[in-house]
Amino acid sequence: MTRSTHQQNMVAMYTLFRKEVVRFLRIWPQTLFPPIITQSLYFLIFGKFIGSQISDINGVSYMAFIVPGLVMMSVINNSYVNVAGSFFSSKFQRSVEELLVSPAPNWVIVGGYAFSGALRGILCGLLVFAVSVFFTRPVIHHFGYIMVFIVLTAVVFALGGLINGILAKKFDDISIVPTFILTPLTYLGGVFYSISLLPGVWRTISRVNPILYMINGFRYGFYGFSDVNILLSFLILILFAAIFTAVIFYFLGKGTGLRS
Amino acid sequence: MNQAISISNLVKTYANGTEALKGIDLQVEAGDFFALLGANGAGKTTIIGILTGLVNKTGGQASVFGHDIDHEHNAAKRMIGVVPQEMNFNQFEKVEDIVLTEAGYFGIPRAEAASECEQLLKRLELWEKKSQPSRNLSGGMKRRLMIARALITRPRLLILDEPTAGVDVELRYSMWDYLRDLNRNGLTVLLTTHYLEEVEQMCRNAAMIKDGKIITNDSVRNLVGILEKETYVVHVDRVTDIGPLADINAQRVDDNTFTMELSKGTDIAALLNKVSQSTGMSIRDFRPQGNRMEKLFLELLK
Ligand SMILES: Nc1ncnc2c1ncn2[C@@H]1O[C@H](COP(=O)(O)OP(=O)(O)OP(=O)(O)O)[C@@H](O)[C@H]1O
Ligand SMILES: [Mg+2]
Repeated sequence: MTRSTHQQNMVAMYTLFRKEVVRFLRIWPQTLFPPIITQSLYFLIFGKFIGSQISDINGVSYMAFIVPGLVMMSVINNSYVNVAGSFFSSKFQRSVEELLVSPAPNWVIVGGYAFSGALRGILCGLLVFAVSVFFTRPVIHHFGYIMVFIVLTAVVFALGGLINGILAKKFDDISIVPTFILTPLTYLGGVFYSISLLPGVWRTISRVNPILYMINGFRYGFYGFSDVNILLSFLILILFAAIFTAVIFYFLGKGTGLRS
Repeated sequence: MNQAISISNLVKTYANGTEALKGIDLQVEAGDFFALLGANGAGKTTIIGILTGLVNKTGGQASVFGHDIDHEHNAAKRMIGVVPQEMNFNQFEKVEDIVLTEAGYFGIPRAEAASECEQLLKRLELWEKKSQPSRNLSGGMKRRLMIARALITRPRLLILDEPTAGVDVELRYSMWDYLRDLNRNGLTVLLTTHYLEEVEQMCRNAAMIKDGKIITNDSVRNLVGILEKETYVVHVDRVTDIGPLADINAQRVDDNTFTMELSKGTDIAALLNKVSQSTGMSIRDFRPQGNRMEKLFLELLK
């Protein structure tokens, strides 16, 4: 059977996507399970034990308030780590050459990694959300917003992870960004509080944190309120997706970290 | 297009300053079985890396079946199946998955590639191992896996970078048979090797590179013709007068050793008899001197 080049490229992208999904599903105790444990602890300690002492925020219980942020936290982290780790290890084992010698264009590589990484992030987010149902009753203000924000965020961080995987030279290099950038920005991005509760200067500083916009956009889908403009949140995600994609195409075109 | 590979003035200088290729010109015709020869570090793998998209060239042009690697590298890569010098598959992935995934990257869906994969793995005696993670394979099996992975993509040009390194004798012969078969059915083959016998057995044409430059490009018949004479090392009780052996260019090495040059097809038993009779030396042992590939190399450098 003969296929057009475009059809062949779609087969290639699906092959890469499938391979990546099979990989993280096979090692699910390392990839899907940990966020359930950690986020459950947050629900228990912050939501239940401490949260019971905290008054409602915009009419939403503290427990319910932190659910979207905690879901988003695992989406961000897992999308990123999935791609960074998998891509780096394929470089390390040199199996990335299987892809590099193939006729698959760069957009196939970007799509295959971005979508599979995003899927891992979204699955982790769904699992965490499922756990939250044991602690609080879910409310959904606008399902469309929820979907748009979770998918876009997952894709953006999967792309970010790909950049990290391309540039990483040793295993340590793939944990630097999650530890020193993503985790602090997520904690400070309003997972546990509304920035309207912060003193003025902290509120201003918080507004340069892109993750604040993603979490608030996502939370808006549940409760219909946000610390920031939702359109702005959306545009920031699109902007990051565009910048990351451009950076990846630049690196893949030059062969940075891949071709000598 | 009847050129499978067309390379002109190809230059590669690695980031650390190593000038691996200093202006390579090379043509390989479609249907040829071509050997790329040269000592360690000559630049063979670098040429292959540039064709297959693993190395960025510094200058020059290359095309594969008319597809220029600057403008249509993906189309060029579609033509090539490559068996690399070093193992480069995921150690934890199953044998069958490694082959089917590569098919997928080349645009052949898994289900469609499955039966071809079965045939290839059976032909290369890997079918029993299909569900094993690749790290459980022996070195020779890993090489065969890489051949299966290259062939599943239905290439028109097969490039093998030292395919028989570390492969036992029996298997080497069956691999030669297989490659000859594939070539007979129209596949163009380019291989690198350090064994002259391999070249004589399979290849029609060969180029020798040294320090990033082609020093010879000729038919294998002509190249091997250079080696009309072979040198033998002879151990004797004591080297006496070797004057009578001038016709075989005898050269004294030490008190117990001399060398002689024999044309192909010489009756060695008769010759040895003649040697001991005409000089009175008693022969303890004799053997061909060293690697014929090295010898060819030295001849070419003269
Ligand atoms: N990634 C690299 N970075 C720097 N120098 C390199 C790199 N790869 C190869 N070289 C150098 O380029 C030259 C040619 O190497 P190449 O691997 O092409 O040789 P080869 O002919 O394949 O040798 P062998 O028979 O040992 O496989 C050598 O001097 C080598 O050290
Ligand atoms: Mg080599």
